[in-house]
Amino acid sequence: MAKYAFFLGCIAPLRYPGIEKSTRVVCEHLGIELVDLTDASCCPAPGVIRAFSRKAWLAAAARNLALAEKMELDIVTICNGCFGSLFDAAHELNHNPELLAEVNAILAEIGMEYKGTTKVRHFAEVLYNEVGIEKLKESITKPLDYKVATFYGCHFLKPSKYKAIDDPEDAHVLDDLVEATGAQSMPRRQKMMCCGAGGGVRSALGDVAMKLTKQNLENMVEGGAEYIVDICPFCHLQFDTGEGELGFSLPVLHLSQLYGIAMGMDAKELGLEAHKVPVKL
Amino acid sequence: MVTPNVDFAKEIADAGGAEVKMCFQCGTCTASCPSGRQTSYRVRKLMRQAQLGLKEQIFEGEDLWDCTTCYACEERCPRTVPIVDIIIALRNMAVAEGHMFENHKKTAQSLYAIGHTVSINDKVKEQRKALGLSAEPPTVIANPEAMAQLKKVLAAAGFEKIVE
Repeated sequence: MAKYAFFLGCIAPLRYPGIEKSTRVVCEHLGIELVDLTDASCCPAPGVIRAFSRKAWLAAAARNLALAEKMELDIVTICNGCFGSLFDAAHELNHNPELLAEVNAILAEIGMEYKGTTKVRHFAEVLYNEVGIEKLKESITKPLDYKVATFYGCHFLKPSKYKAIDDPEDAHVLDDLVEATGAQSMPRRQKMMCCGAGGGVRSALGDVAMKLTKQNLENMVEGGAEYIVDICPFCHLQFDTGEGELGFSLPVLHLSQLYGIAMGMDAKELGLEAHKVPVKL
Repeated sequence: MVTPNVDFAKEIADAGGAEVKMCFQCGTCTASCPSGRQTSYRVRKLMRQAQLGLKEQIFEGEDLWDCTTCYACEERCPRTVPIVDIIIALRNMAVAEGHMFENHKKTAQSLYAIGHTVSINDKVKEQRKALGLSAEPPTVIANPEAMAQLKKVLAAAGFEKIVE
């Protein structure tokens, strides 16, 4: 049975707890054991905190990585921001001994050390690579007929030079995962475009973020989509809170929630009341 | 007429932006940038300003902060310039000189206070409990001792200057 340290991040547990709950239920259903990464913090966010201080970002990320290392487990995340931060930080530390020594000097102040053994995984990629599409298909008890706009976000696949999960210009992993539930992935223009929220743009320059969000939503509707399925609570938040103002009403589901529905989870367990755009099952 | 600032260009290089010199101004980055389609932000221009060390032009205005760090530019750059790393280096330098949006400061303060970039409230606690989850997630938010350790790590990395 696969076993991972479950990294929660911020937006899922504190804004959309249904994503956390669905992930726990879906993983249990698939025989993936999630052990809470107790005492972890924000990853910290790659677009804001890293932009303020690369050193502080790296040190706090190393603390999170070291917590999982102590448990002798790899990390699984449900957020592209967390995945990006922790994966990128681990990559930097594992390839730069001088930087690792500098960060470990900081961690030594709290009696911790990062050795470089923790691997960072994303929930979507674990489903695809570890469980596999065939087994996922067998787990579906309630096949779905949704027309879906798959939303990859940015930090799941990029920078691709060392992530190598899928082609960032023409990806298929999330489409395959969505279609395994019976749902249909609809084509659209600019499919790999950013939601607009990242890089601190949502918090400081919200109107710019909304322009990108609107472009995405127009492309989704033009492509015939009726649902959005994301793999990042921050993209999830940007669409779910932005649609009303922009005049759209596509329900937004995290991949874990889509699988929860397709595995017959009770609607109450999906935490859909936290969503601004109503989701009718 | 612009006058290159050689000293500041060197500072950028030392801060992790050395590879900006590889940029030959083809403009693939600008053509790939979803933010630039909606704003006056031009990645190619920013890279040129960084090469020339044009500090005032880089720090003034919002362009430096229009990047969503989506990596579309970097993925397509024919010279494999680590554009996002360069932007992060420039932003770190801007912040060190006090150029910071109020909302960004609040995000930093939130991390320093509770270990997360968003707060917890009673409504979410109720939603969590209704789902059978703990009212507070099992993170630093639920353990003051762990939070104190995180704070120590952040402080040792110089984060106090950013949140004050």
